[in-house]
Amino acid sequence: MDNNNETKGIWKVIGASSLGTLIEWYDFYIFGSLAVVIANQFFPKTNPTAALLSTLATFAAGFIVRPFGALVFGRLGDLVGRKYTFLLTLVLMGGSTFAIGCIPNYEHIGFLAPILVLILRLIQGLALGGEYGGAATYVAEHSPAHRRGYFTSWIQTTATLGLFISLGVILLTRHMLDADAAKSIAKFNDWGWRIPFLISIILVVVSIYIRLKMKESPLYTKLKTEGKTSVNPLKESFGHKANLKMVLLALFGATMGQGVVWYTGQFYAQSFIENVCKVEFDQSRTVIIWAILFATPFFVVFASLSDKIGRKWIMIVGMLLAVLSYNYLFTNLYDTVDVKNKTEIVEKKEVKTTVTLIAATTDSIRKVVTKTFYTDGMSQVQTKTDTAYSTPGKTTKKPIVATSKTISSSDYWKMVGVVFILILYVTMVYGPIAAFLVELFPTKIRYTSMSLPYHIGNGVFGGLTPFIATLLTTIYVDNKIVGLMYPIIIGTICMIIGAIYINNKIDPEVNR
Amino acid sequence: MNALKKYMGLVWVILGPLSIHYLLQTASSEILKKPGIDTQIQWGVFIGVFYPIAIGFILFGLYALEGNYDHLPEASEELDDYDVKPL
Repeated sequence: MDNNNETKGIWKVIGASSLGTLIEWYDFYIFGSLAVVIANQFFPKTNPTAALLSTLATFAAGFIVRPFGALVFGRLGDLVGRKYTFLLTLVLMGGSTFAIGCIPNYEHIGFLAPILVLILRLIQGLALGGEYGGAATYVAEHSPAHRRGYFTSWIQTTATLGLFISLGVILLTRHMLDADAAKSIAKFNDWGWRIPFLISIILVVVSIYIRLKMKESPLYTKLKTEGKTSVNPLKESFGHKANLKMVLLALFGATMGQGVVWYTGQFYAQSFIENVCKVEFDQSRTVIIWAILFATPFFVVFASLSDKIGRKWIMIVGMLLAVLSYNYLFTNLYDTVDVKNKTEIVEKKEVKTTVTLIAATTDSIRKVVTKTFYTDGMSQVQTKTDTAYSTPGKTTKKPIVATSKTISSSDYWKMVGVVFILILYVTMVYGPIAAFLVELFPTKIRYTSMSLPYHIGNGVFGGLTPFIATLLTTIYVDNKIVGLMYPIIIGTICMIIGAIYINNKIDPEVNR
Repeated sequence: MNALKKYMGLVWVILGPLSIHYLLQTASSEILKKPGIDTQIQWGVFIGVFYPIAIGFILFGLYALEGNYDHLPEASEELDDYDVKPL
């Protein structure tokens, strides 16, 4: 069979699969990207930290249920086929995302609001657990053996592009609701945050229409015609030692490390730039957007390379570079905008104090806004809020201090460069992994077998990275980069296991 | 290489219970330090999720010790063996 015939129609398959997967990732990430806004809307405001933690927990719940989605939909995909299974996951994801955008907030319906959000978030996690394995399997089963890495890499770009689009839609919506920027942001925080959720339904309807026109995977159809499909995919995947050992190897030798590298390079990097470096909202997101834009083509580059030299060493080298350089790169991010490394323009400093009397008391809320300018063009706004008590000698124990930096152009592009390197590691570990997982398991139990290690690795180990890293910074408060301990330890263990136990050989005839 | 795979299997078998011990110890000290439903839920989730993964890690180490990773499938014919080798 010549190459033209082999790849005939493959682009249609890739387009339809990737579009749906892209939308699923978009749906999944807008929730995470809007964690703070959602906390204000759906969780009791008495304790902002508790509200944020609740949302992060909900966010984590979205990741933790992913392995269960992998089991439920993976089994379904091996029993009834790939096409209808990942059509179902798309409907569930789109429906729950749209529904989150429609839920009245806590002030209107009380605790029903966070409960509904939690349920819908769990459905999102389940749906995502079923989607990726289906899409990767579907594309791989249409691909010629010698270009499996290259063709599946388009599916691999969707997770990062989903994040890219979610950040872009949020930024655009945040600035288009009013001509006045401050009013626009206020409107966004009030009701405009719903827009990114609601528009998802349009994207999902388009994607469902396209996917309905697709045909079942040829390999699965062949198995079905021959009556060779699995009758119990879960038992065959995890009840047989020969397959279970490969599931464990895929998890501990590949997906576990891939997951932490993925989330450290993108989500934790964004969280670090915003919450530790204190870079303002828009800049902390556009830094990620630019870095994603520049780095995304490398998913295809490294996956294509894996067709020629094997999957193993590209992934291992990606993990090695990540664990060796994380401390340096994140310290570099911090130092780039650290005021200790800047020269202040003292004469430009602005201090504005406002005092508002608290009703029915003689005490006041005092807000001191200090704006500092630096010679390189950076400016910092620090808002210190405390209570001015009328009782002599009584002071606020711990004033609330919020800091926001608007960084200079040179620092901005330097940060883009550092995040680009972080995402480059992501492309090395993530680009070849779909082909790698597909080649580990036979067609009849492939959907089930590859979905579980992928979603434990990516969803649990990776998805919890920002959460665990932030938690570590609250335990070891003096160390700004202590959060990196988690991805470095997990990445190192995974890299050692991968290097020792994984084969680099690509089986040319795995499509059977 | 096969000898290294087996010896390292012992490391994974030991690392599994150690990670569970570290997780439980950190969870209990953090809950005692900051008692409250948030802390309990948070650490409860971590234990609930990572405990079975640590068991899987021990199993992985045992398989390595037994030499199950000495040879990995290199052709599709070997993948079909899954049908005839129950656990």
